[in-house]
Amino acid sequence: MTDLTSLTLAEARKGLAAKTFTSLELTDAHLSAIEKARVLNAFVMETPDQARSMAREADGKIAKGDAGPLAGIPLGIKDLFATKGVRTTACSKILGNFVPTYESTITSQLWRDGAVMLGKLNNDEFAMGSANETSCFGPVANPWRREGSNTNLVPGGSSGGSASAVAALLCMGATATDTGGSIRQPAAFTATVGIKPTYGRCSRWGIVAFASSLDQAGPIARSVRDSAMLLRSMAGHDPKDTTSVDMPVPDYEAAIGQSVKGKRIGIPKEYRLDGMPAEIEKLWEAGAAWLKAAGAELVEVSLPHTKYALPAYYIVAPAEASSNLARYDGVRYGLREQGKNINELYENTRAEGFGAEVRRRVMIGTYVLSAGYYDAYYLRAQKVRTLIKKDFEDCFAKGVDAILTPATPSAAFGIGEKGGADPVEMYLNDIFTVTVNMAGLPGIAVPAGKDAQGLPLGLQLIGRPFDEETLFSLGEVIEQAAGRFTPARWW
Amino acid sequence: MSVDATTVRRIAHLARIAVSEDEVPHLQGELNAMLAFVEQLSEVNVEGVEPMTSVTPMQMKKRLDVVNDGEIADDIVANAPATEGHFFLVPKVVE
Repeated sequence: MTDLTSLTLAEARKGLAAKTFTSLELTDAHLSAIEKARVLNAFVMETPDQARSMAREADGKIAKGDAGPLAGIPLGIKDLFATKGVRTTACSKILGNFVPTYESTITSQLWRDGAVMLGKLNNDEFAMGSANETSCFGPVANPWRREGSNTNLVPGGSSGGSASAVAALLCMGATATDTGGSIRQPAAFTATVGIKPTYGRCSRWGIVAFASSLDQAGPIARSVRDSAMLLRSMAGHDPKDTTSVDMPVPDYEAAIGQSVKGKRIGIPKEYRLDGMPAEIEKLWEAGAAWLKAAGAELVEVSLPHTKYALPAYYIVAPAEASSNLARYDGVRYGLREQGKNINELYENTRAEGFGAEVRRRVMIGTYVLSAGYYDAYYLRAQKVRTLIKKDFEDCFAKGVDAILTPATPSAAFGIGEKGGADPVEMYLNDIFTVTVNMAGLPGIAVPAGKDAQGLPLGLQLIGRPFDEETLFSLGEVIEQAAGRFTPARWW
Repeated sequence: MSVDATTVRRIAHLARIAVSEDEVPHLQGELNAMLAFVEQLSEVNVEGVEPMTSVTPMQMKKRLDVVNDGEIADDIVANAPATEGHFFLVPKVVE
């Protein structure tokens, strides 16, 4: 039998339906791959017993012929999603040994459709980071290395564990979240496919909150089709999240293979940065050429406020984070550090429980919301955000169906290489992805090639609100042209 | 704009994060790096622009004013660091 872990989700679904193998066999193959790959530090909690019991249940349903769309498919879950009875920490010391008494809406929908949970995946603490280096469980290694080098590279972040595990064939797909690029940037760094759907498409209920007006969950998978299959199960209206939209969920998989003839693809000139590596520029041109060859029409577009998206984000996101993270007080759950009075208890708990990046962001957020500074910072940033969104609306109003950009300004870098002296150096990773969160739009990152050192690079497609289907159609064109990429196993 | 050491201490207190004296200069440097980075927003003309309040154009949903959850006190206190029955325990707040 071929190695079951190298199948795509779509292939595994076929094999399960044809009874070529069982979900228990598929699950065991992944559990054993996880065990051998502990050096990657992608999983922060393995749940083999639960996985096998879910797999047996799925096998029973497949045998009876009432299998859900993801029946028997083993997945990894980012540790930001609350899983009932399974420790959920957001990779922060402050949540300590928090064991939810409830299940997030998204994971409950995945289990409803028959998926199997292999365990919880590493991420940046509270999803704050672009390299998965701020996790209290330590950094995650990217399964990709530079050719001829044994230096460990970051998988990107914050969904670094999700991207690393999917790329290393430890799970068939993973849940992830994206506040400024946390699905798309790690996908680009690991040659996986990641989609951040439109704000409101997936319920945020039961996901540890970072910046509520920007947070949106989505899948990371090994192919465009696989990501479409996962999103269909993850999306949908949830009365428990007032920002989730009450719109039917399309069959995203049906968009795969749809003709892109006549689609107008915007190429935004503001994304052509000074000092951008030539190979990224070349990749971008190649992507445009592939889409053109498939019948799409290319148009140059302008998104004039692009350069202000990242600075506006670093006001809005920390402001919302400082408010959301106020709940970690050492009283109701998680870590408690004693103090002489209640104030000292709060201050000691939060100093001990939050890592350096989280502390920094909570403090900057507190500052920009404080009396006397609110108008100058927060209000101005929210006005700039209106302008960023308007840039996209103007572009779509001119008949543009989707926008093509590079996913990241560079390939993966070494662990500990960036952001040590100046936090802004790390923040620049999200320069191409953050605009999409600010405007609430859907964005997909698709692997498109490799750099001179053999590291994967991705392209991003940005769509109209709730038009994920066009992104899947276009993403499939890029995937067909570029091929799929698998890292050489060194672990 | 930039922050001085006194402001760093004030922000830390507002954020309820204990900061020791020797951490202040380092934090001050990092916060000022972030503030310098966001400074470029001051060159944007925002005259007459409405601040964003909702990224997706949708009516605020309202729930029915009915009790539809509850009786889960055990669950609520299950993860608390210190409890007595269904109460959270904290240091004495009122003398």
